[in-house]
Amino acid sequence: MAVLFLLIAQLALALVLAPLVNGLIKSFKAGWQNRRGPGLLQPWFDLVKYLNRESVVSEHASWIFRWAPIVYFSTHLAAAGLVPMFFVHAPLARVGDAIVLMGLFALARFALSLAALDTGSNFGGMGTSRELTFAALVEPALILGIFALAIPAGSTSLDDLTHGGIGAAALLALAALFIVAIAETGRIPVDNPDTHLELTMAHEGMLLEYAGRPLGLLLWATHVKQLVILSLIAALFFPAGLAQELTLPALALGVASYVVKVAVLGLALGLVETSYAKLRIFRVPELLGAASLLGLMAVMATYVVGG
Amino acid sequence: MESPEAQNWLAPVGLYLIGALLALILPRHARVVAHGIAGVGSLIGVGVALSALLAGTVQQVHLFSAAPYAVFTFRLDPLSAWFLLVLSTVACAVSLYAIGYLGEEHGGLSGLGAGYNLFLATMVLVVLADSVFAFLFAWEAMSLVSFFLVIHDHQHAGVRRAGFVYIVMTHLGTAFLLGAFLLLLVNSETLDFAGFRAAREHLTPLMRDGVFLLALVGFATKAGVIPLHVWLPRAHPAAPSHISALMSGVMIKTAIYGLVRVAWDFAGPGPAWWGVLVLALGAVSAVLGVLYALMEHDLKRLLAYHSVENIGIILIGIGAAQVLTALDQPAAAALALAAGLFHVLNHAVFKALLFLGAGAVQRATHTRDLERLGGLIRTMPWTAATFLVGAMAISALPPLNGFMSEWLIFQGLLRLAGATRDPLAVAGAAAAAGLLALTGGLAAFCFVKAFGIAFLGISRSALPQEPREVVGTMRAGMALLAGLCVALGLGAGGVMTLLGPVTVSLVGTVPQAGVGVMAVPAAPGGAVAPVGALGVLLALGGVGLLLARLLGGPARSRVAPPWVCGIALEPSMQYSASALAKPIRIIFRALVRPYRAVEREHAALPYFVTAVRYEAGVLPVYERYLYRPLVQALVMLAQQVRALQNGSLRLYLGYMFATVVVVLLLTR
Repeated sequence: MAVLFLLIAQLALALVLAPLVNGLIKSFKAGWQNRRGPGLLQPWFDLVKYLNRESVVSEHASWIFRWAPIVYFSTHLAAAGLVPMFFVHAPLARVGDAIVLMGLFALARFALSLAALDTGSNFGGMGTSRELTFAALVEPALILGIFALAIPAGSTSLDDLTHGGIGAAALLALAALFIVAIAETGRIPVDNPDTHLELTMAHEGMLLEYAGRPLGLLLWATHVKQLVILSLIAALFFPAGLAQELTLPALALGVASYVVKVAVLGLALGLVETSYAKLRIFRVPELLGAASLLGLMAVMATYVVGG
Repeated sequence: MESPEAQNWLAPVGLYLIGALLALILPRHARVVAHGIAGVGSLIGVGVALSALLAGTVQQVHLFSAAPYAVFTFRLDPLSAWFLLVLSTVACAVSLYAIGYLGEEHGGLSGLGAGYNLFLATMVLVVLADSVFAFLFAWEAMSLVSFFLVIHDHQHAGVRRAGFVYIVMTHLGTAFLLGAFLLLLVNSETLDFAGFRAAREHLTPLMRDGVFLLALVGFATKAGVIPLHVWLPRAHPAAPSHISALMSGVMIKTAIYGLVRVAWDFAGPGPAWWGVLVLALGAVSAVLGVLYALMEHDLKRLLAYHSVENIGIILIGIGAAQVLTALDQPAAAALALAAGLFHVLNHAVFKALLFLGAGAVQRATHTRDLERLGGLIRTMPWTAATFLVGAMAISALPPLNGFMSEWLIFQGLLRLAGATRDPLAVAGAAAAAGLLALTGGLAAFCFVKAFGIAFLGISRSALPQEPREVVGTMRAGMALLAGLCVALGLGAGGVMTLLGPVTVSLVGTVPQAGVGVMAVPAAPGGAVAPVGALGVLLALGGVGLLLARLLGGPARSRVAPPWVCGIALEPSMQYSASALAKPIRIIFRALVRPYRAVEREHAALPYFVTAVRYEAGVLPVYERYLYRPLVQALVMLAQQVRALQNGSLRLYLGYMFATVVVVLLLTR
């Protein structure tokens, strides 16, 4: 029963906080680039606007196009229940572990990629092709970063990996997973989340044919995905502040520290976005390969340094 | 245990033989009779296998001895029962499909029906064989029958060539197997496998390594491990679709059966480097297989390369289990072995489903070329739905069966990395996990391509006739396999329980993994509960719809033509299969070796181009750098030996006289 309340609280927090984190990153980037920026609450206003609008569906689209947004939304929301956010145990920890988290991301991407090919136009194919290439190259980096923590702990359950610690292995794994975070959230230098131009059409290309309510659900889910990835890094490497028991002061401290951690990590993403330019498509594999190597070095570091 | 009376565990074989006979006697009813009896036989096979696994018993019979060395002994132990289960499950659905699929074939149906039944019978005999002669007899018969089935469409030169390459490669593998068995026979007292098991301790390390390496090459040829895979992408597309499904789903798994038998039963638990070799071969086959699959736009060649990839994944599990056995970690070894064997069943089910779907597409559109297809989801909704389930299963998406077995292989690799403190060994296990993750990502990409290009969008070419949905029996066969994909995924815990007797007989303990149903009880270690996950996904989907309704009011949508910058939409504006995979072709060009040839024809001046010819493909690296030099060396050797045959009768008589003298001297 407590698990159910924890799940509802965690998912509600994720749904409310996710667009705000996106707004925070946008405001920070704007400030850093000497602009006014759209404001912290703008992503929420955009979501409500899209959810109220009429949706236009291509005449060539099938049931896959209509159902993909809800599959995308539900998988990312389920992923939000798998990561410990403010309590040491994630509510769905007994239903899935880190590998299930990767599988859920893959399921979401599969659904959206098929929907992008469903409309009969070419932009979807462009986005699918690039996004799936990057996703395939990110998978080894993600699994190696997680294995670097999982091998000493002997488990892939995210509850067992929240031990933090400063060491060579943790630092290398943090570097690898930070690059993974940049790639999975579709930020510069891998992809540009702010435009729909053809040059930067990876994730945004797959959303291009959607309008109205399905687009609102997809954008909300994309914000939740970003939050989940930031929460993963926060839980694995900065677990200070996680509530150890289900009492109100501990949970309040847990939520407050969680918001601070996610905000700082989001600002780090924004800083990277402002400092770098977008890489050419065929330079991105070099970055992702470097992330995989960092992950492999993190795996070895425990045994070379720690002993 | 000898039970000379009712050998009802051999009933499936008997039924297949009856089916073959009836197909030859009744040519006009061959389609329904042969495949119907095969379907009934495979249902009985499922029952036999399940009862053997649940009871954990071993049954054996000695049928007859044609000569002192030709002993026909058969044995049903847990490992054989597992592979019998794999075979029978797939054969059941494929037989149902074949009844409808062959409805449009006009010739050779009795031969095809008889061959189908004989193929199933010989494959069952391979996994049940308990003596050298029985095994090799069944193995060779399986290869020959499948050869005749592959060249069913022998009017096409490509099919004949594919059959030729197949028969040469399979005999090459059988030669290596013969060598392995001969080495084992040196120490064994009897000519059956019981003798091998008894003589296990008397093998010297050199002989043991020799047996393992010879058996590995022999079985790797049949399984399609790189670089011995060259027959697979030729033979599987050439055969009729239901035969391709059986070959890819079941026949290559008999090689895995043989490898597991040799590695644990005959040559005993070996040193760790055996497992490292198998693991490395598996990882290489997995990555290269999926890369070659991404380069293909022939639907069946694509599926054939995915078989290479999945055999690689199975070998990763088997190799990890071998290393763990050598490191004296029976619980972890049981987990890795069970993961590999579970993937054997899963791959059989979803690969057969995909090949049957490709057959349905070929039936409806008369082409296998993805570049000409599109929009089939509207005209073939059932085929599209079942193909989608198969595509999701092979891409390892939760909560289907492919994800469950890959999750288990990841757990096995985690235990492998945790079992040693050597940084290089840990890095090797982690690198294998990284390569497995890369394979999963690329496989998902490939099936987005295969399903998206063939079924979604608009048709990319004008097909000769409007595609129509296929007949009921074909749909039923595919639906059965699709339902199994879901059931095996949700019921993964039950399958692990079924694999308990198999791992006990090989490594000594049952596999223990955190696989639950709704939720896994709290315990250290990773956990996955597929039914719980599916329930959460469905519930949260409902939550999403509710939230959208609350925040946005009633849903409104309208249908409109897609926007393509103001001009009229042409089917050629869509992405093609080659275009989707182009980034991968460029990024992995060092591994895949693509080539491109562009020719321009022009009128008087080079500025006025009249025609452009573009050709792109993949260099046949293995044929060019491995097989052609070997074949050329063999031909040169043969030409040298040819000097011995100069046509003179007196010289030949002299050879015979010399041989008789030498033999008399040796056998004095």
